[in-house]
Amino acid sequence: MTKITVKVDGVTYVDDVEPRLLLVHYLRERLGKTGTPVGCDTSNCGACTVHLNGMSVKSCSVLAVQADGGEITTIEGLANGEWHPLQKAFHTEHALQCGYCTPGMIMAAADLLRENPNPTDEEIRDGLEGNLCRCTGYQNIVRAVRRASGTEVTAQ
Amino acid sequence: MTADMQAPPVTELGRARPRKEDARLVTGKTNWTDNIVLPGLLHINFVRSPYAHARITRVDVSGALKVPGVVAAFSGDDFGAEQGSLPCAWPVTPDIVIPAHPPMATEEVRYVGEAVACVVARDRYTAADALSAVEVDYEPLPPVLDIRTALDESSPRVHEAGNKSFEFLMQNGDLDGAFRDAPVLIERTYRQQRLIPSAMEPRSVVGWNEGDEYTLWSATQIPHVLRVMLALTTGIPEQNIRVIAPDVGGGFGSKLQVTAEEVLALLISHKVGHPVKWTESRSEGNLTVHHGRDQWQRIKLAADADGRIRGLDVDLLADMGAYLMLVTPGVPLLGAFMFNGIYKMDAYSFKCTGVFSTKMPTDAYRGAGRPEATFALERVMDELAAELGMDPLQVRERNWIKHEEFPYATISGLTYDSGNYEAATARARDLFGYDALRAEQQRRRDSNDPVQLGIGISTYTEMCGLAPSRVLGSLSYGAGGWEHASVRMLPTGKVEVVTGSSAHGQGHETAWSQIVADKLGVPFEDVRVLHGDTQVSPKGMDTYGSRSLTVGGIAVHGACEKVITKAKRISAHLLEASEDDIEFSHGRLHVRGDPESGHTIQEIALATFAAHNLPDGVEPSIDSDATFDPENFSYPHGTHLCATEVDTETGQVTIRSYVAVDDVGKVVNPLIVDGQVHGGLAQGIAQALYEEAIYDDEGNLTTTTMADYLLPSAADLPHFTTDRTETPATTNPLGVKGVGEAGTIASTPAVVNAIVDALRPLGIQDITMPCTPERVWRAIAAARRSAPGAQVTGDSQTVAHGTVGHVSGDDAAAAHGGAE
Repeated sequence: MTKITVKVDGVTYVDDVEPRLLLVHYLRERLGKTGTPVGCDTSNCGACTVHLNGMSVKSCSVLAVQADGGEITTIEGLANGEWHPLQKAFHTEHALQCGYCTPGMIMAAADLLRENPNPTDEEIRDGLEGNLCRCTGYQNIVRAVRRASGTEVTAQ
Repeated sequence: MTADMQAPPVTELGRARPRKEDARLVTGKTNWTDNIVLPGLLHINFVRSPYAHARITRVDVSGALKVPGVVAAFSGDDFGAEQGSLPCAWPVTPDIVIPAHPPMATEEVRYVGEAVACVVARDRYTAADALSAVEVDYEPLPPVLDIRTALDESSPRVHEAGNKSFEFLMQNGDLDGAFRDAPVLIERTYRQQRLIPSAMEPRSVVGWNEGDEYTLWSATQIPHVLRVMLALTTGIPEQNIRVIAPDVGGGFGSKLQVTAEEVLALLISHKVGHPVKWTESRSEGNLTVHHGRDQWQRIKLAADADGRIRGLDVDLLADMGAYLMLVTPGVPLLGAFMFNGIYKMDAYSFKCTGVFSTKMPTDAYRGAGRPEATFALERVMDELAAELGMDPLQVRERNWIKHEEFPYATISGLTYDSGNYEAATARARDLFGYDALRAEQQRRRDSNDPVQLGIGISTYTEMCGLAPSRVLGSLSYGAGGWEHASVRMLPTGKVEVVTGSSAHGQGHETAWSQIVADKLGVPFEDVRVLHGDTQVSPKGMDTYGSRSLTVGGIAVHGACEKVITKAKRISAHLLEASEDDIEFSHGRLHVRGDPESGHTIQEIALATFAAHNLPDGVEPSIDSDATFDPENFSYPHGTHLCATEVDTETGQVTIRSYVAVDDVGKVVNPLIVDGQVHGGLAQGIAQALYEEAIYDDEGNLTTTTMADYLLPSAADLPHFTTDRTETPATTNPLGVKGVGEAGTIASTPAVVNAIVDALRPLGIQDITMPCTPERVWRAIAAARRSAPGAQVTGDSQTVAHGTVGHVSGDDAAAAHGGAE
């Protein structure tokens, strides 16, 4: 067991963990942060995307011990009093159906907008390449990210 | 308060309401099955066969029991007869072979991934660790991997009874007459590759047996059907089984199943006395979630010289996989009614042979039989156009049912209630810029541009809204096609709606609220929709086949009508008026001609709750149930146009534009409809370009991860231009048609037609899906080798004769300049 200290969605936790424990399982099963789901086991789908020290990571590909000393934000900690602009935009633009990919998609999109506050549609599509959605065909996700960025969303 | 002030927006139906469901989904407050934690919860992991076909000679789980944290371990024999056989609810012919299918194999394994043992442990890591301590000995048997040779006498057998499950034949009209002396004969063999549905949420199950009660949480599309089937399979009395489908992360047919893991979770919980959970890994899921498609399609078309279709002769080989699961054999047969599509013809024959292989069973995947049929038909319509030198839109228009001909009885025995193919096509043509693209295509051909332009057309219809119970009965399906709803008027004026249609991304909570708000005149926000738990929603047929709105939504509408009828009686009593004089509009009941006189339906709900002053003999409730059994299927249709750029030097295909004009009748929520279309398009395009489940020659699935099985990302898909025409359905009171599968059904042939259209001057007539750059490049290379620089038109009749048949689909493609 290895002792780790992490701050998750504003709360500090100190835990003994097996070195092999994946960060996503630590979040889900030790902290009850079930808002972050698991969609695959090869880091292809991105459903488990969270922010570690401000950068998006796929939490299935990070060990909990690697997050020691770090600050993590999950979808559950993204809203700050009111929904994050991306949460609002995903709702307004109907950018989700089953919603399973949505936490990861929003967290990845937040990181994308941090790096590129005014992305084009193509930049959004390329930027979210690591996050798979099976329901929406991505069109409304692209629109939602555009909306959240403050860029005008063109009529369909 | 006046009636006008009370009036809700009259546009509630058709209003683009963002969804109620989103609040929990965008904030992570979801309730996926894998989130569930119960006191004493244990975790199951399965030992799965590494062989496609083998006899199990020994299973020893004792090693696993020595691993700290392991509570129990079981082999198939430990479940004995109580595990039963997983059900097939669709015995499509009287003499169909339905092999026994124990949830955990006991004697023989017939696909890689079949469960042979399991470990139950305190956490998921321990359960995984202990798998390697289970010893299983196998005696390998020969696999059966190609259904084109599986019916040969010399083929190894999947089951003792042989490799044929069933043969289904349907014929209408004088086929011989239609083909005799036909001026044009086209014969093609197409491959429907095997697909993996790939819902984003992996399957997950929690089973809990306490005393007599069995509770199963499952990521399922079908809590109600599952409950019945669990009772029938295990012998647990139905009244003691509760099935809960919490938030479910997509299905696309893959969760329309009664799975081994669901049955075993209940049995294991009973054995260990604890709640148990199993959640698949994606790799495990790719192996063991039922697959879709997998057909060899031989299609023959006879036509007159002007392009009029005389007859169509379809012969399918459908890969069942190793067993028949819930609706496995019924899936290809849905195609029987769809190979004629929107076209008129004199004669039609459909034959389908269901064949076993040592692969994961196939079953419903988005569209289920209709995409396969639509693909072959729309592909062959392009071949007909090419043969005759006609524009492919023109050849379709020559044959399609004209809008004034509805209702129309088709050659396959359905009656299409409504449609307007002319209107949808005209709109799509305009949005697409069809003529300009054709002109550009000609310029590129003339200049020998290395990047050629192709235009693909798909004018589809489909049968959905499953289904009239009588029709299902006539097709030997094991259940009806009705749907149930309850509308409960609460004392405070709010409304609870219980629906048997259990959503997993479709937005029922929003759409049903709109139907109720529109019908009862209550605020949208005041409606709560309950579903997905057999104790909350006791009756239902669940969600598949684009049936939710056209059957379940109509049941909700019907329950609202009954509420109004009951409320009128009480209103008449309170207003001291005749019931016949009571009108209901915009949420108010009032005496005809005196809208000031009445009260709201919410006020009637409160008066009914108090029950102080009800008419004699009237029970104190205006709550109502309705069960709707549709009189017909739903027939959405549309025209999809796809422009692809094909780089003839690299084989790269780029979709330049995609226009989808769909007619789904009246629309309840255009946001949801567009979303369904977008997602459907993505999956259909993915079949055309990206996805294929591949087994190697020993029967190992080589596409077990999302790194190997190529699901498209945002960067792989184009922007879609969508629009609608609106021809209301005449078979339900809302005029709605299904939309969930339309995009998937329509788009695959549109894309492949576009690719072939781009390359047809090279003599290429087909490219096997998925049309990867390698396959496209090889097709081009082969075509150039066989006829350098020639404009091969492809004499389909002569080329096809030697190469058709199920044995030579690949060769047929190669002979046409295609490539695997």
